[in-house]
Formats: sequence, structure tokens, C-alpha cells
Amino acid sequence: MEIVNITKTYDANFVRQVEEESGQDMSLCYQCGNCTAGCPYTFVYDIPVNQIMRLVQTGQKETVLKCKSLWLCATCESCTTRCPNNIDVAHIMDVLRHMARREGYAPVPTVKSFWDSFLSSVENNGRVFEIGLLASYITKTGRFWTDVDLGPKVLPKGKMHFTPPQIQGKEEVKKIFNRFKEESRK
Amino acid sequence: MSDSLTYAYYPGCSGTGTSIEYDMSTRAVCAELGITLTEIPDWSCCGSTPAHTVDHTLSSALSARNLALVEKMNLDTAITPCPSCLTNLKTATHRMKKDGFRDKVNKLLDTPYQGGVATKSVLQIIVEDMGLKALKDKAVKPLKGLKVAAYYGCIMNRPPEVMNFDDPEHPMAMDNIMTALGATVLPFPLKVECCGASFGIPRKDIVMSLSGKLLDAAKDIGAEALVTACPLCQMNLDLRQDQVNSAAGTNHHIPVFYYTQLIGLALGLSEKELGIDKLCVDPRKVINAIGRDETS
Ligand code: SF4
Ligand code: SF4
Repeated sequence: MEIVNITKTYDANFVRQVEEESGQDMSLCYQCGNCTAGCPYTFVYDIPVNQIMRLVQTGQKETVLKCKSLWLCATCESCTTRCPNNIDVAHIMDVLRHMARREGYAPVPTVKSFWDSFLSSVENNGRVFEIGLLASYITKTGRFWTDVDLGPKVLPKGKMHFTPPQIQGKEEVKKIFNRFKEESRK
Repeated sequence: MSDSLTYAYYPGCSGTGTSIEYDMSTRAVCAELGITLTEIPDWSCCGSTPAHTVDHTLSSALSARNLALVEKMNLDTAITPCPSCLTNLKTATHRMKKDGFRDKVNKLLDTPYQGGVATKSVLQIIVEDMGLKALKDKAVKPLKGLKVAAYYGCIMNRPPEVMNFDDPEHPMAMDNIMTALGATVLPFPLKVECCGASFGIPRKDIVMSLSGKLLDAAKDIGAEALVTACPLCQMNLDLRQDQVNSAAGTNHHIPVFYYTQLIGLALGLSEKELGIDKLCVDPRKVINAIGRDETS
């Protein structure tokens, strides 16, 4: 891991913001490493989750917000379930993702594109339209060969629909997204 | 069993698509058991993982729209087969107990949610409201001879303060159901490990590695089949089993059932209505072997 000069880059505001948005007391973490030991994603993380907690304590905003781990966390809740100090670590990871988004970081673009495609499918149809979601993901990423081998397994079983679901509340769901966007602009 | 086993039913998006056999078998089994499911009229997507990674107010609003619809139905409990939907519905309920947060969420909705609906998994109500004894009494074709490992996935029971059901490290609900129905349940050490969740499309390598470990472990303990309660887990282990085999150089052929399909078989329901033909890894051999102990 790179060396971080904590006196130069300490951002007290960042610590306060994470605590406020997550409702968690960062100072409770005493670096036992339980969260990392149980995290199934440590093998693909650039920074293990206990080190993320430490970096937040020491106000290292940029190092934290630009790390890949935030986008690879699956919210499996192992860390939260096992933290001896009852810190909701998964909730903190969520809040850090929100901040990273707001600051424009997306170091794992495929994951961000997938999540975005999923949500626009919900925004436009009220429910997820699986084939439309795949098409939108492929358009965004250019990854055409994603799972073509699965087509012959799924399609004959009648599990995928070729037209979007139609629900009456479609407009109501769209309004949720619109109001959310308005509120976030305030 | 009383008439009180009536619930608002939230199928979830995957239940209308890639996990249609879970929805089919859930409805068939509940009907057979005398559990009344009333589908929430015009339910919408809960936003799944992507919504809560963007914003908690948005995520809770997508869930709360559905809970407000349940309030209109005059039912007090909503149930869903999908752990991911369940997590979202439960987390929304949990967070909306705080006035400030509830107001923010309700601001995004046409119809505000008052907060009066309990949410549970179908698994929970079968175990708790119906009971293993009643289930056992209804079984006409016990699952004798089936050696199965129960895999719960990561979020069915965690975090315990929110999910409020079974044990967060060592859940037993499916183990107990399968035992009650006559199957041999093997102790599965990875029952709450993550399968790779929704990374199948954006980061397939992750799913290959995590689901690969699960399949290896199931084979090591001698399981002939896995039984799951989660559409994502089932899809990663079943639909992607060949991909895992090519990535890891393994040769697994382990059928991955939804627990409702196995209950259905024990209740004597037809394979057709349980969507058995929709599974990718062929379960024929395993199903044919059920009952073999009785004849031998
Ligand atoms: S388990 Fe809790 S206390 Fe231990 S390192 Fe992780 S966050 Fe800190
Ligand atoms: S919630 Fe995220 S950080 Fe925590 S253990 Fe799971 S994957 Fe790791």
C-alpha cells in the first residue's frame, strides 16, 4: 500500500461527513481486522475494508473515495455482522460509494455502468426489464460478448421477456426518480 | 392450520423472469399448504443493490411505494421469496422509523407510507407460522435418499438486527425443512458465504471464484444437490456452473434447487408446476433417486 502522510492530508470535515451520513462512530474501530477476515471480496480489493475504516478515521478523503474496493463491495453484511464494536461497516461502505459518485470517481467502470443500466431500467419501466438492461449495459461498455454462451441456456426456458413489463405505476415510479433528482440538486 | 395464513405477496422482478421457477413453485407450494398469497397489485421494483449504492432515500422510496400499496390492501404482513427484495423492504422499514428520514422518503412518493407493515421471507412464514410438523404431515413423497446441502447466501439472515430471523452465522431453516421431509442434510461449512452476488455481468471473474468455491465445497462433503432460497445464488451456481467449470477446470454437475421445488416434490406436486424443467444443470438423476432407500 502507498504511504499516506496523515498530517498533511487530514480532512476533519470528511470524517464528520461520513459519521453524519452513516450514523456510525468511526472512533470505535480499533483495527481488529475481523471485517477484513470475513470479507469475501478482499482478494479483489485494492484496499482491505479495515484499512478503509482506518483511512476514514484519519481523514484521508481522496485515497478512500478513489479506491476500487468501494465498487466491488457486494453488501454481503459479513463485516457488519461480525464487528465486535457493532459498527455498521457495510453501511459506511454504502455511504462512501455515495460520496465517490458525487465526487465523480468510478474506478471500476463496468460495475458503475451495470448499476446505472439497472436503475434506468427501473426508472423507465417500473420494474427491471432484463433484456433491455443487458442491451443498455452492452451499449455503455461495448462488451458485446458478455454471457453470449448463456443465451441458449436461458432463452428456450422462457425465462426472459422480449418486451418491457407494463405496470400502471410506471409514471409514479418515474416521479420518484424525478423528485429524487430535484431534491439532490437543492 | 388456521385461515389466518394470508399474506400480501411481493414476487420481485426476477420472479417474473430469470427465477420464474422460484415464483411458480412458491405459489404452488403455498396453495397446497393452505397459505393464501395475494399479489400486491401493481408492485414495482425495490431497486435491489444498485439503488442503495446510489442513495438511501431513493432506495427506501422504491421499497416504500410497495409497502404503502400493502397498507391499502389491509393486510399486515408482506412476504417475498427473494432475500434481496426482503433486505430492501426491511431496511426501508427499519430506517423509516426515524421521523426525519421517513419524511424525506415520503416526499418522493405519491402516497406516503405510514410504517405499519411487517415484512418476512416466505421461508420464515413456512417455518414459523405454518410449522415443520404441519409440513411433515402433508408430505406424501418423502425425500428419502436425497443428500443435499442447504446454502443460504449472505443476506437472508444478516445483519441480524434488521433481518430478525434464524441465525446469522449458522441458519437452520432450510436444513430443518429438508430433514423434516426425509432428506439427508449434510453440514455445509459455507452456508452464508457470498456467491458473487450481482457481479456476474460486470465482473464475471469474481463470481467464477466465489461460486467455484461453493461448488467445490458441496462436492467435497458429498452433496448430490444444493438447495437455495435466493434467485441470485441459484443463478450463479446453476446457470453459470458450466462457466465456472471452464474457468476452474472442474467438472461439476450439481443440481441447484429452490427449496420450494423440493418441498413441492415431497407434497406430490407435478414437476411441471414446480418449474423443474427450467433448471440448467439436469436434476433427473437426483430426482429419480429419491425414495430409493425405501425400495432397497
Ligand atoms: S471489525 Fe470493526 S473494529 Fe474490527 S477492524 Fe473492522 S470495523 Fe474496525
Ligand atoms: S459488506 Fe462489503 S466490505 Fe463488508 S464484508 Fe461484505 S463485501 Fe466486504
